[in-house]
Amino acid sequence: MSSLLDKRLIFVTGKGGVGKTTVATALGLLAARAGKRTIVCEVAKQERMSRVFRREGVGYHETELAERLFAISIDPEHAMEEYLRQRVPGPLYQLLFENRLFQYFAAAAPGTREFLTIGKVWELAQLERRTAGARPYDFVILDAPATGHGLGMLHTPATFRDVARAGPIQNHADRVDRFVRDPRQTGVLAVALPEEMPVNETIELEQALHTRMGMELDAVVANALYPERFSGEEGEQIEAADGTHPVPAVAAALNAAHAEHVRARGQRSQLRRLRRASAANVATLPFLFEPELSLDSLERLSLELERKL
Amino acid sequence: MTEGVAEILSGRSICVCAGSGGVGKTTTAAAIATGMAAQGLKVAVLTIDPARRLANSLGLPELGNEERRVDPAVLEAAGLGGDGELWALMLDAKRTFDELVERHAPDERSRDAILANRVYQELSNAVAGSQEYMAMEKLYELHHEQRYDLLVLDTPPTRNALDFLDAPERLSRFVDSRSLQFFLKPSRTGLRLLGRSTGLMFSVLKRVTGVDMLQDLSEFFQSFGDMAEGFSERARRVNEMLADPRTVFFVVTSPRGAAVDEAVFFHRRLRERHMPSGGVIVNRMTMIEDPGDDDVEDDLAALLGEGLGRKVARNFDDYRDIARGDRANLERLERELGRDPMILVPHLEDDVHDAAGLARMNEYLFAERGSRVPA
Repeated sequence: MSSLLDKRLIFVTGKGGVGKTTVATALGLLAARAGKRTIVCEVAKQERMSRVFRREGVGYHETELAERLFAISIDPEHAMEEYLRQRVPGPLYQLLFENRLFQYFAAAAPGTREFLTIGKVWELAQLERRTAGARPYDFVILDAPATGHGLGMLHTPATFRDVARAGPIQNHADRVDRFVRDPRQTGVLAVALPEEMPVNETIELEQALHTRMGMELDAVVANALYPERFSGEEGEQIEAADGTHPVPAVAAALNAAHAEHVRARGQRSQLRRLRRASAANVATLPFLFEPELSLDSLERLSLELERKL
Repeated sequence: MTEGVAEILSGRSICVCAGSGGVGKTTTAAAIATGMAAQGLKVAVLTIDPARRLANSLGLPELGNEERRVDPAVLEAAGLGGDGELWALMLDAKRTFDELVERHAPDERSRDAILANRVYQELSNAVAGSQEYMAMEKLYELHHEQRYDLLVLDTPPTRNALDFLDAPERLSRFVDSRSLQFFLKPSRTGLRLLGRSTGLMFSVLKRVTGVDMLQDLSEFFQSFGDMAEGFSERARRVNEMLADPRTVFFVVTSPRGAAVDEAVFFHRRLRERHMPSGGVIVNRMTMIEDPGDDDVEDDLAALLGEGLGRKVARNFDDYRDIARGDRANLERLERELGRDPMILVPHLEDDVHDAAGLARMNEYLFAERGSRVPA
């Protein structure tokens, strides 16, 4: 754990629907508990984190949701406005920002949105903030897009540096790129489910991260692991009794037990495969039998992470 | 609502599966394509995915930018045989972009100039944005060639499931020379149209971006200029294709709260845009039938002995909790859907990642009218 907490930025990615936001939030809670002034950055206006804390959407504002734990929802439009404001003198800024063609250009150019987003995340992770009057954070967590886009986002600073070749954008892109590639500053945490496709995607992410970025995975969290409630023998007993019972609820209970047993077993074998394939530490989090995650459950998950990461 | 996928797709030539990440879009698209092929159609399924999910689903070692036929023996073995054909392709955004340039470039010189331009090379390689556009592009191309009875598109795994709908328009705006050439290289007309600000802006931009980038961009747009017309025209036609009644959108979701939120949002957007909706497919239902609240512990103890009986009962309680949550979310979804169908697929014990798994999904997706749940 200590090695993750020693970094300034943690990039949390993984296949869609595996629980990236849950893990990012749990990690945030644990860092804040460890005394670090922490911020979790969401993208794509999801505002899932503020919902867990039963708060209004935080928007593009650094908002304290719990002691030392902040959240922000980064959108490229605000990030661009801020970037230009900081770098272009007043009247010229107005001219540029209000120009329709410039707006078109900025919205349409592929990669611009990702570049602006990661540029803002970088800014949040600096000890000397560019934003006037802003205090620095000890620990920044990016709840990043799913694997393919997440990797693309990590790569955009290099892309912009190479396109620009010289000038302020090149400079800026180069600084961001060096920061995200520096293993002392930035860590990558992959979230997976112990299932076939998410495990494949995690393995491929680890390889792509290495070949495209020269980076390594710092940790993997295998999320939503079913408990092993039944032994192999019990599983057979359940299967033998399965589906024949005249009372529908009893038949349904037997079906549920059978499904649970098969899934738990399948998950264990995927987990073994993940552990064999990945060089990173693989921590597990339990499946929670709750329709929606509460803050209490998140606290529990964060304690679990603290022990295992 | 009890329509199955086969009824909804009858007479359609394009089926788009959309939804947030991790809800089983790729698997659903593969299952639909497989099921329709089994009914005798020639079907192609398109996926866009660095993680090669569809190849996993169909046991294909690798997929490229060209369609490959799925071995009928693989389907036959899973009980999915039929008179039709199943083809699959995995979209290579860069390849598709290059092909597009080759097709639209007025002559060889401009073609080579574009393909060699740094801005083009970086942009066409960048994952974000161009992928969505290229998915639409490839779909359009295949649709236009009319070699298939049905095209099934698995949309990119964006967090925002709607990005791909806007992609054609966004990209065509980007390459639209009429606006951007004025902007980058002010001509007489450009200056007159935009007034004094253009020259000033040019110098501001220099300061923000660095001059080299502008030069590359300027060259890029100049060579792209002749193609811009083609691009906008293309974007318009792609939109027409998507709005055509022979197209149908399925919103794919899981019954969990966050996924249902997105499904509701997406369904609304489809309606606002007058896109033809086929309804919602809900994967990974904990239990399809309401399990009720009956106490089953005594029955289970009689059947399995006290210890195991109690464990099975505890497990059932946990599942019922989740199922209740699912059901509440589905009610919300149902209110949103109005008359649009909702098709439920249970959480299958095994991960669906092979033809046999697709066959099991299809028992639910293709359930006969009036019997949405097979026995």
